[in-house]
Order: sequence, then C-alpha cells, then structure tokens
Amino acid sequence: MLEASNLECVRGERRLFAGVSFRLACGEMLQVQGANGSGKTSLLRMLCGLTPAAAGEVCWRGQPIGKLGEEFRGELCYLGHHNAIKEELSPLENLLAAAALAQESLDEDAALDALEQVGLHGRADLACRYLSQGQKRRTALARLVHEKRPLWVLDEPYVALDPAAVELVSGLVGAHLQRGGLAVLTSHQAVSVTAGALRELWLGTAAASYGRI
Amino acid sequence: MLISIRAVIGRDLRLAMRRQADILAAMFFFIIVVSLFPLGVGPEPEQLRKLAPGVLWVAALLATMLSLPRLFADDHRDGTLEQMALAPQPLGLMVLGKLIAHWLVAGLPLVLLAPVLGIQFDLSGDGLAVLTLSLLIGTPALSGIGAIGAALTLGVRGGGVLLSVLVLPLYIPVLIFGAGAVDATLTGLGPQAHLSLLGAMALGGVFFAPWPTAAALRVALE
Repeated sequence: MLEASNLECVRGERRLFAGVSFRLACGEMLQVQGANGSGKTSLLRMLCGLTPAAAGEVCWRGQPIGKLGEEFRGELCYLGHHNAIKEELSPLENLLAAAALAQESLDEDAALDALEQVGLHGRADLACRYLSQGQKRRTALARLVHEKRPLWVLDEPYVALDPAAVELVSGLVGAHLQRGGLAVLTSHQAVSVTAGALRELWLGTAAASYGRI
Repeated sequence: MLISIRAVIGRDLRLAMRRQADILAAMFFFIIVVSLFPLGVGPEPEQLRKLAPGVLWVAALLATMLSLPRLFADDHRDGTLEQMALAPQPLGLMVLGKLIAHWLVAGLPLVLLAPVLGIQFDLSGDGLAVLTLSLLIGTPALSGIGAIGAALTLGVRGGGVLLSVLVLPLYIPVLIFGAGAVDATLTGLGPQAHLSLLGAMALGGVFFAPWPTAAALRVALE
C-alpha cells in the first residue's frame, strides 16, 4: 500500500539520510527510530507530501502521492509535532473543527465520546489554554478515536503522555491495524501493539538500515 | 467544498470573538488616526473636505496592515496550517475561507465606522455614501492582496516590517481609485468609473489571491 523508494533528505548543507526504502502493507506498522536530528520528522513529512524529497519517491497504492493529491490526502491522518489545537477553543470545539477541516462527519455525541475515551471527561468545555501539556496532547489524539482513514502518520504520539494514555494510544493504533489500517510513527520508547505486524526503521548518521521484527 | 469554506469561516470567526482585543485594537487605531487629522490640520471645513478621502483611505490601509501578520501566523505556529494543507480539498479554498473571515473581522468594521468618522470632515451625504461604498468594495481587495504578502513573509524573522514594505505598494491602486471615487463625487464628476475599477480589483483580489497564497503557504510549510 505505502511504498517509499530511495528517499533522500537534505537540510541546508547536510544530508540527513539517503536511500531509505520500505514497503508497508495493510495491518502493518512502521516505527521510525533514530537519534535527535536524524530526520525522523522530515521522513514523516515526506510521507505526507508536506516536504518534497530531495530524491526518491513515495507511492500509495502504486501511484506517486504527488500525482494522487487530494485522493491520497483523503486517506491520510497526520498528527504532527504540534497539536493543531487552538488555545482559545475548548477540546470539543477543537475536535469538531478538526473534523470539519478534514471533511469528516463527526457529530457532537461522537466527539464527546472520543474525549471521554482519552480521559478528558468533564473538561470538554474548558478552553484549551487551561489544560496541561499532556491534556492538550490527549485532545489532539482524540481525533484518532473515530478515525477511519487507512493511513496514520503519527509524529511522537507519546510525548507528554502518562503511562495510562500511552496504553490507550497503543490500543487505538492496535485496533486500527486490526481493521487493516497502516501506521507510521516515531517514538523513542518501545511500542507494544497487540495486533498487527511491527516493523522498525532506524535512521542513523551513516546509512539508514532497515530491519524487520 | 462549500462546507469546508464554511467550516474555516466559522472557526476563524469564533476565534476572533474569543480574542476581541485584536479586532478592537485595529478599530481604535482607525478611529484615532482619522480623528487626529482634524485636530492637527485645523477646523476649516473646506480644507477638511479635501483631506477626507485620502485620510480615511490611508487609515483604512494601515488598520488592515495591523491585522495581516496574524492572518496565518497562529495557524502556522500551532500546526493547524499543516492540517489544512493535508486536508482532502484544495488549500486555496481554505485560504478563501480565511480571507472571508478576515474581511468580516478586519474590513467590515472599517466600512461601518467610516460614515461616522467622515462627519468629522464635514463630508456631504453623497460623499459619505460613496466613501462607505468605496470601502465596502475596496476592503476585500485589501484582504486578498494582503494575504499573499502574509503568506510570503510567513515564518520570516522581522516579517511584520517586510510585510508592510511588500504589501503597501501593492495597495496603491486601491487607494487611488478608492479615494478618487470620493473626490470625484465631491467635485461633481460622479464616482462610477472609480468604483467600477475598484470592483474589478476586488474581484481579482478575492478570486485570484487564494491560489498564489496557497502556493506560498506550501513553500512556508516545507
């Protein structure tokens, strides 16, 4: 489904990685690992089409993502470094606004249910600037609860989360893989998902190696 | 497609309502700049009437400039812009939504204030009407042209000054025909020609600006 061939990333004068290739099928998850500054976020942004690759190509269902355009973006759910939530809006409003932007139908009950599942019960109407860092991250992750799009690209989803929330997110990703979805995520900690096959990709300073567990 | 435009407008308006200080600051800036002129120039009605169109229009340009740097900066900082760029519809459409919201929040208040402020300059009824009409037609063009500049300077250090240097020269045609329309009314020539040209610029500004803006935003996101 998702295939990257010979991706190369150049930032300024430095080449972060080159020759990164992998192929991800339904129900598989790719965990991208590497030291700080090794280009994990850049790789994820390339997979989404936000950053053009210096060389190489990303294909979705056998076609380059640049060519697919909106068709690809309609099947992609990206959660970046930034939470993409507005401090002035409440978690509920943020969730509904995010769904509307992505052209998904999400009614208020479903949104409240999602917030309850990520442990924001009773805080759905509080402006996000009063929430802690972890609660903001939970608000952003609440999008995943009712997310049905097949490709999830998650950049450091576990940052600022407590162990219970880490468990919860792993559960969401596991359920997504079980439905036949794909996931690419970066994390410095070990990821345990119940279902689906886990693959690992190491981005190093010399050359990227690619292994399978 | 219309749903996504509406979603963007709704979200931006809601945000503006939660952050009223920004809107009020631009409105007070407009009011104060315009009110300073009669105090500084002196009370001769003849002179004030001559100054009125230019002063009101220049103040409107500057007040619009105040709100431009934040047009995309907040969305860029908190990651919402990435989500917009990855949404399954053209980014240009969402930029159009943001433009409409920006005009409702930053342009429309100026239009509504103009006739009240025009009274200070002893403008006639006709003059006030044409002034308001010219601002109503011209402010969407200001939002459109400004959006291109705001997108190009996104993420640049000291972007605010660069934005003014970039955008204000592009505002000159709007200023000339906007203020010209009021002048023409006061001298008895009739404002139709000026207003038509202003309308053409507004249409161009609103319907063509979103695409270069979207392209500039994608570059800023790379």
